[in-house]
Amino acid sequence: MELEKFKYDNQIVKMFSIATVVWGLVGMLVGVIAAIQMYVPALSFDLPYTSFGRLRPLHTNAVIFAFVGNGIFMGVYYSLQRLVKARMFSDMLGKIHFWGWQLIIVLAAVSLLMGYTTGKEYAELEWPIDILITLVWVVFGWNMFGTIIKRRERHLYVAIWFYIATFVTVAMLHITNSMEIPVSLTKSYSWYAGVQDALVQWWYGHNAVAFFLTTPYLGLMYYFIPKAANRPVYSYRLSIIHFWSLIFLYIWAGPHHLLYTAVPDWAQSLGVVFSVMLIAPSWGGMINGLLTLRGAWDKVREDVVLKFMVVAVTAYGMATFEGPMLSLKNVSAIAHYTDWIVAHVHVGALGWNGFLTFGILYFLIPKMYRTKLYSQKLANTHFWIGTLGILLYAVPMYWAGFMQSSMWKDFTPEGQLKWQFLDTVTKMIPFYAARSIGGTLYLIGAIIMAFNLYKTAKAGSFLADEDAEAMALTKNYQGHSTDHWHRWIERKPIQLMIVSLVVVIIGGVIEIVPTFLIKSNIPTIASVKPYTPLELEGRDIYIREGCYVCHSQMIRPFRHETARYGEYSKAGEFVYDHPFQWGSKRTGPDLAREGGKYPDSWHYNHMLEPNSMSPGSIMPTYSWLLDDDLDLSTLKSKIKAMQTLGVPYPVGYADIAEADLNKQAEIIAANLKKDGIETSPKKEIIAMIAYLQRMGTDIKKTAVADTLKK
Amino acid sequence: MKFINYLETIAGVSIYPLISLIMFFVFFAAVTFYAIKADKKYIDRAKNIPLELPNQSQD
Repeated sequence: MELEKFKYDNQIVKMFSIATVVWGLVGMLVGVIAAIQMYVPALSFDLPYTSFGRLRPLHTNAVIFAFVGNGIFMGVYYSLQRLVKARMFSDMLGKIHFWGWQLIIVLAAVSLLMGYTTGKEYAELEWPIDILITLVWVVFGWNMFGTIIKRRERHLYVAIWFYIATFVTVAMLHITNSMEIPVSLTKSYSWYAGVQDALVQWWYGHNAVAFFLTTPYLGLMYYFIPKAANRPVYSYRLSIIHFWSLIFLYIWAGPHHLLYTAVPDWAQSLGVVFSVMLIAPSWGGMINGLLTLRGAWDKVREDVVLKFMVVAVTAYGMATFEGPMLSLKNVSAIAHYTDWIVAHVHVGALGWNGFLTFGILYFLIPKMYRTKLYSQKLANTHFWIGTLGILLYAVPMYWAGFMQSSMWKDFTPEGQLKWQFLDTVTKMIPFYAARSIGGTLYLIGAIIMAFNLYKTAKAGSFLADEDAEAMALTKNYQGHSTDHWHRWIERKPIQLMIVSLVVVIIGGVIEIVPTFLIKSNIPTIASVKPYTPLELEGRDIYIREGCYVCHSQMIRPFRHETARYGEYSKAGEFVYDHPFQWGSKRTGPDLAREGGKYPDSWHYNHMLEPNSMSPGSIMPTYSWLLDDDLDLSTLKSKIKAMQTLGVPYPVGYADIAEADLNKQAEIIAANLKKDGIETSPKKEIIAMIAYLQRMGTDIKKTAVADTLKK
Repeated sequence: MKFINYLETIAGVSIYPLISLIMFFVFFAAVTFYAIKADKKYIDRAKNIPLELPNQSQD
């Protein structure tokens, strides 16, 4: 047997680690600003670019794809080389991957602040960036498989299975959910509409949590915890069961985000059943991680790396216990649309992803810089301040969630709703304030870490190429098979990828395909008509300003919701909604039946100064809608794109759409004039009012018609 | 107001959850069986990969 000498590439790991820290700080900072905006709406500065509706998607995208994304690549590039005893396949591909990903992040940040968004949560980026993501992801996969194929370790350690499943599933999710018809370079419409769009979106959204925030980090857990504790994982057999059942089950659970909505009942039930079962593999994984440290708890007391990892795995256990509970229909009825969900995801993001990333950084940086950590004391401070931050974040949000929900449901003995929606908002303000303090503490901890790691790097000397040696695999297997040895080895990772793909496809196919096949059979509601051109433009402004991050458009069939908002939402009402805008959070009230509730002038004044119409409101002002002219340059292509998607505008309608738009705008301007508001019909606010006044009114027309018939 | 819900018209739609559950249990049983029966030498070998012990044999 021949001992081969080679070098591990630490340079690429270093690059990703710096990006992880930098984007982490940016993402957290934007989060803190957005958190403060929720009780100091003036912090929007009356500018479109800094309004909550645009900052919040920036925060979520930055944390998920920039902070955790770079964290994944940092951990994968470090561990994969050592697990397969080979240098990364190509330094050049690694660099393309790194700079490509950073370019995506910068483009994402700029475009989200500009208001270029698809309006689908966690998939907000517009189509050119979607394509770029696909290309860079392929480069990542190419580099990963190239490395695996030239490996010097026959067995693929379980962490690598998680990496492979991550690669293939994220590719599938991203491509399926990003199907859209471009209207211009910065605008597109989702290929799917209404219920189908919702199903695809939450199949994606849920599994982005699964395959971007969970599986790669479980892979990292399986490498870095044994490494940091210097002992093998508790049970390798358990990890095999953990892997396969986790990836099989996760993909089915998406519909639990849509309980009591207009999604078909059987799909909801399927989502619930699989979500509840998901607790088993999740806890299997958590137990496996924690029990790895059995008999080594004295080390945990000493070693800050292990401290972070233990809290991370514990947070994972809490979040994955809570997840299945939240999927029960009766619990979802309480938690959905409230701050409880915000608490839940932050236990995952701050605890699991954040703390595991910090643990890995504290482990890697001293190792790669061949020195000791600059200050153990500062690292311990970070640990405690971070933990306190998580608690101060989560506890008020849980409390707020329960309070909101019970206030929404409260009836007086006379059978009237006890609280105005606004009452439930103003009661939240102390909780929002406490949450922002928790978030700030967490950010301060991360800043301390950045300083500590910088000092460590300064004191040490970086080892770009780490010497390693291992026996080649070549000779062993030549005798066993008539095939060339290389082909035999190559087949295994590819087989693993294909089997993983099959396993994750099953759930998706069973849930989504029937809903699609049946499209032609949907008994549409006769009175539901496509949006007028002005309403369509107004809807695009609604999407641009990110209204969906605070307002839902989905009334659930509960007494307290129908009493507050009106008739519950029906699947057939959304057939022309590309994309759907059901939302997932009610910081403000539901808008599904907003049309006709208030006069046009109310909306005009409300957009200018929300407080003047709803005293105590925390909605920021949208005064630019009153000043800016509506851009009609893409109206024609929008109508044509909608026709391509099957929206039944008459043939040639694109050419006369603008005339129709102007007519409707004149009417709204005249309405406003009656209430003493002089404005040009060309302003954006006119389109916005048109859309708001249309919302949910179509089925009322049938109700009127039915009454007349009788 | 007349409105028929999605998929109510599909005959026997309740078979979907049933198929799904059976599929998962078969799959889960197979994986568990495989994990329990897996060769102890392979398990020990794979388990120790991250620790990079020197001069392991490749079998």
